[in-house]
Amino acid sequence: MNDEPHPPRIRYAPRSLARRRRIDRLFVGVCVATSAASIAVLVALLAAIVAQGYAQLNWRFIRSAPSPSIEEAGVWPALMGTIWVGAICAALALPTGVGTAILLEEYRPRRRWLRRLLGFIQLNIGNLAGVPSVVYGILGLTAFVNLFGLFGSPASPSWEIGARHFDQYLTEGDRVVLVPVAARDAPDAALVPGAVAFTPQGRRVDLNVIGPRDRLPRDEDLLERTVRSDSDGGRISREAWYHFRVPLGRGVLAGALTLALVTLPIVIIASQEALRAVPSSLREGALGLGATRWQVVWNVTLPAAVPGIMTGSILAISRAVGEAAPILIIAGIVYISTAPRHLVDDFSVLPLQIYNWAQRPQPGFHALAASGIVVLLVILLSFNAVAIFIRARAQNSR
Amino acid sequence: MTPADSPSIDRGPRDSGSSTASASPAGDTTSHLADAPADPAIRMRAFSAFYGDFQAVRAIDADIPERQVTAFIGPSGCGKSTLLRWINRMNDLVAEARAEGQLRLHGRDVLGKDVDAVELRRHVGMVFQKPNPFPKSIHDNVAFGPRLHLTMSRSDLDALVEWSLRKAALWDEVKDRLRKPALGLSGGQQQRLCIARAIAIEPRVLLMDEPCSALDPRSTVAIEDLIAELRRDYTIIIVTHNMQQAARASDFTAFLYEGTLVEFGPTRAIFTRPKEKQTENYITGRFG
Repeated sequence: MNDEPHPPRIRYAPRSLARRRRIDRLFVGVCVATSAASIAVLVALLAAIVAQGYAQLNWRFIRSAPSPSIEEAGVWPALMGTIWVGAICAALALPTGVGTAILLEEYRPRRRWLRRLLGFIQLNIGNLAGVPSVVYGILGLTAFVNLFGLFGSPASPSWEIGARHFDQYLTEGDRVVLVPVAARDAPDAALVPGAVAFTPQGRRVDLNVIGPRDRLPRDEDLLERTVRSDSDGGRISREAWYHFRVPLGRGVLAGALTLALVTLPIVIIASQEALRAVPSSLREGALGLGATRWQVVWNVTLPAAVPGIMTGSILAISRAVGEAAPILIIAGIVYISTAPRHLVDDFSVLPLQIYNWAQRPQPGFHALAASGIVVLLVILLSFNAVAIFIRARAQNSR
Repeated sequence: MTPADSPSIDRGPRDSGSSTASASPAGDTTSHLADAPADPAIRMRAFSAFYGDFQAVRAIDADIPERQVTAFIGPSGCGKSTLLRWINRMNDLVAEARAEGQLRLHGRDVLGKDVDAVELRRHVGMVFQKPNPFPKSIHDNVAFGPRLHLTMSRSDLDALVEWSLRKAALWDEVKDRLRKPALGLSGGQQQRLCIARAIAIEPRVLLMDEPCSALDPRSTVAIEDLIAELRRDYTIIIVTHNMQQAARASDFTAFLYEGTLVEFGPTRAIFTRPKEKQTENYITGRFG
């Protein structure tokens, strides 16, 4: 390459050591300043939120449902909704994401077209990680809430269990009679004397039908099951804890599935990084002892990768739990008075509740929003604490 | 089938020198097979290995004797590690790797598509260049292999672990801390642990890929003593860069150069009266 017999003549001057030291110190100073700035902003934000929300933070606030009255409003349904959605999202996204990462990292196929396919999947996972969460909300609305409209609508699902539907009749006084109907969207039940009916307490009675102008019976027992033939019924549903329907409707599961989609690309990428960080000498050691690929993954690679997987995944799930946009599309802003009771129950989450309060004009609601933020932060911090605990345990066991 | 004639090998980086080298073993391989044992542990016939278009091993014929130590020597990139990693099909992990010819372990085909690599590796232990104990306890490292293949009572497993560690000359050093992390051991101890781990599944063949290159001289001596001890029970193949180690620790030596087997015979003969000029140059340190 170089035909010169001797190095060329080089002119040089020494670089000042004092100047290099100065730059070094300056660099440290800049690093300290930038990190201090971010911490200062964080502390200021937290302080402002806690100062604003501290006064309303009490057990009653935690346990109460939202209310138009500032003094009575609380976060219980939204808090429970967040916990449900977060837990289901983690339960769905973690195994799926880690499984995909294992496929992509550990099961490198020998066939070229399979390798190409996995490369294509890899590329798309990278792209999906950059898709805004609102888009996932729309996708979740189409795919999970309505199941592309292929199986009826949530209001008249093609399949459901754990729900009984009634026409509810109100007559004079405080009497309510429930007449069972076949389905959520069945036509009104015919009012026939002697038909099966229920009291609100669930006691089975025989229906007594009287004409529009007939006199009410005196007998208390008879009165309880008496309906006028022209009364209008309202459709209600009693749903058990195992109630489920297809399509899912605007329920907890649809929300959790949507958030799982938001989380999945990040969980996959974090898990891949963690698996890649496991030295291949460990894999070879296990394979050399006659381990199958599954035995290698389960006994060697995965345990070594758990700390990294947990760190990345919990961060991703925390982000998702703090998301308002996709849940806003899935759940809408509706008044929710109770914690979710089953997988397809209507729900709200803390970010939505906070958004709801923060957009109101009264300052009292802004304070409630601040209190809600504190509750949300506590939830997210405890998520992270669990992650740190799992990581520490995994690291100690080696 | 003579892969050596295929045009692809012309891409080899030092091809001009290898043309003479590839010619000589053809006449030589038959001569060294003459005094080989009748029932070898490993039999290779016209064995070639490739990485994509690159031919790493060129039509090797060799019989590796049972319950002896065979050393593969040769300069870096001569194909000795590739050869070793085909014996337990470790090269399956490399997407572009493929092999041709015949490679038999105790009479059974190794290269066939229907050969179960997992079953094969159960009988072929491997020790790697860098000690690679699992991030588990000392006990769990040795118990790893048995647990993959067998179910046994806790006491039987403990007995097997002790036997393996004794065999690897490590028992006395670790018997009081079997439940402590293996990564807390010194490099030499870790490598002996890896040997204990390999022999816990009672393989018939033990492959060692430069097992001492990451160790200090004292640990090296310990491993060499161990190899001398283990040769009574196992067929051992050791890849080494260290000429003295090959001379000290092995019964047979194979000298590979640019993918061809230049010379193969009893270690004493190779080191005192090498038949090939190339072998002599290499073992006297004139090249490589």
